[in-house]
Amino acid sequence: MEKRVFFRSNWLPWLLLAPQLAVVGIFFFWPAGQALVQSLQQQDAFGTSVTWVGLDNFKALWNDATYLASFQTTVIFSALVTVLGLSIALLLAVFADRVVKGATFYKTILILPYAVAPVVSGLLWAFMFSSSIGVVTYALHKIGFDWNHLLNSNHAMALVVMAAVWKQISYNFLFFLAGLNSIPKALIEAAAIDGARPWRRFWTIQLPLLAPTTFFLLVINMVYAFFDTFAIIDATTQGGPGKATSTLVYRVYFDGFRGMDFGGAAAQSVVLMVIVIALTVVQFRYVEKKVQYA
Amino acid sequence: MVERRTTLGILAHAIMIVGALIVAFPIYLAFVASTHTPQEIMQSPMPLWPGSNFWESYQTALRGSSSSLTSTPVARMIWVSFVITMIITIGKISISLLSAFAVVYFRFPLRQLCFWAIFITLMLPVEVRIGPTYQVVADLGMINSFAGLSVPLIASATATFLFRQFFLTVPDELVEAARVDGAGPMRFFIDILVPLSVTSIAALFVIQFIYGWNQYLWPLIAATSEDMYPIVVGIKQMIGTGESVSEWNVVMATAVLAMLPPALIVVLMQKWFVKGLVDTEK
Repeated sequence: MEKRVFFRSNWLPWLLLAPQLAVVGIFFFWPAGQALVQSLQQQDAFGTSVTWVGLDNFKALWNDATYLASFQTTVIFSALVTVLGLSIALLLAVFADRVVKGATFYKTILILPYAVAPVVSGLLWAFMFSSSIGVVTYALHKIGFDWNHLLNSNHAMALVVMAAVWKQISYNFLFFLAGLNSIPKALIEAAAIDGARPWRRFWTIQLPLLAPTTFFLLVINMVYAFFDTFAIIDATTQGGPGKATSTLVYRVYFDGFRGMDFGGAAAQSVVLMVIVIALTVVQFRYVEKKVQYA
Repeated sequence: MVERRTTLGILAHAIMIVGALIVAFPIYLAFVASTHTPQEIMQSPMPLWPGSNFWESYQTALRGSSSSLTSTPVARMIWVSFVITMIITIGKISISLLSAFAVVYFRFPLRQLCFWAIFITLMLPVEVRIGPTYQVVADLGMINSFAGLSVPLIASATATFLFRQFFLTVPDELVEAARVDGAGPMRFFIDILVPLSVTSIAALFVIQFIYGWNQYLWPLIAATSEDMYPIVVGIKQMIGTGESVSEWNVVMATAVLAMLPPALIVVLMQKWFVKGLVDTEK
């Protein structure tokens, strides 16, 4: 879609674009380019000399068992966060759609975690599951389950997943609810007249019609699990125990800013960029398609 | 509702109540902990009802305490958060309004390229270019400054996209009418386009406020001095590496203070917040 009517000026549009382009150029393209360049270099520990090493940094990553393990950790973590986050939110949205009395109250509570910073979310969950003072740890202990996310890597993974899902439910919930609201009531009524019970109506009408929303949320949730959970991991497990909850983004920060391995961190950044670009392309191909149908 | 089914209605309420309880419990617990003394929290299990230490906890937090790992008063952290959030929010909205206006209402060479250059930044979250961005900001001498903490986060592909979409729905007749009345482009922008965009601006304000307030990784590396920590970074520094904290009541009071502004915005501006989310992301 294009405007038929527009203004004429040779300099004004550039002036208007200048602030945005300046920020984008200085803080996005320049650093992204630097990351590409640095990924092909090796800096010594004091930052005094730089040598070109070609693809050595990438080879080193490929040969680093802990990095490959971080890949696996990220995939497991993202899959759990995405599947749990989507299914719980869908369940809540389907029932919120049925509830008439008190709907606003429930919704208000359910969207609250959206406002909570990821690091605070991590802190709250770490507090509940703390081995010394956590109330949930205490309750679990009472029923004979010993929780310790500082030692047990499965517990640590469960903790970061819970904190990440808790934070993301609001977002998914709002989109599912909007999706359910946009399904024409006539469809549901027609099915009901034909004798379809609620459970069957959900499977044959609502769920298929929610597919676009679900796909969109799938991509968004994967991006969230990849990138926005850094703070949650930093506040709960700091990637531990060992490297059990160290995702790719956590590694970039850890290797680059704690380990001072700039070349390696830059190579990791490039790997991440490729992943984001792939995810974004999938998302946009799909969004383009949907715009055509609309 | 298509038909009346009491069992299903009861089930729906039951699930909503369970969901709401699980979602609210961590927040409630933080509040409860903030109203007790450290000793009361340390006993296992800690009390589940509010105690009487409310004022003391919050006063200690706001003024800063000498026995925690950071001595910066939370009042200062809130101020830092507030300034950064405002620069990010207002900055994002203004530069996006201007650039969307430029790409929609003007024809100039490289127009599409400019739009895509802005759009592609969606693919470069700060997490993936963290090291080099830090170097750029350090070279510009912006570490530990309000500008350094906020300006690198100001570019916004989503806001530009949202305003572009909205401008495209504004009828062309408005531009023609403005022209007939002798208005130039800036006059049209300020007197007609911006007032028409007020709902989009409000919606974006809510989303970006929360985004700015909750920023963690960037300030964590771009603020090296404690008095430039925003509250969400400061609270993490208070607990260090976790378990060995003496003042959980102060930490939890800080957590409540950190959650309060974005939560209030979400609750009070619910309608706009939802509109902003659904419109920006789709």
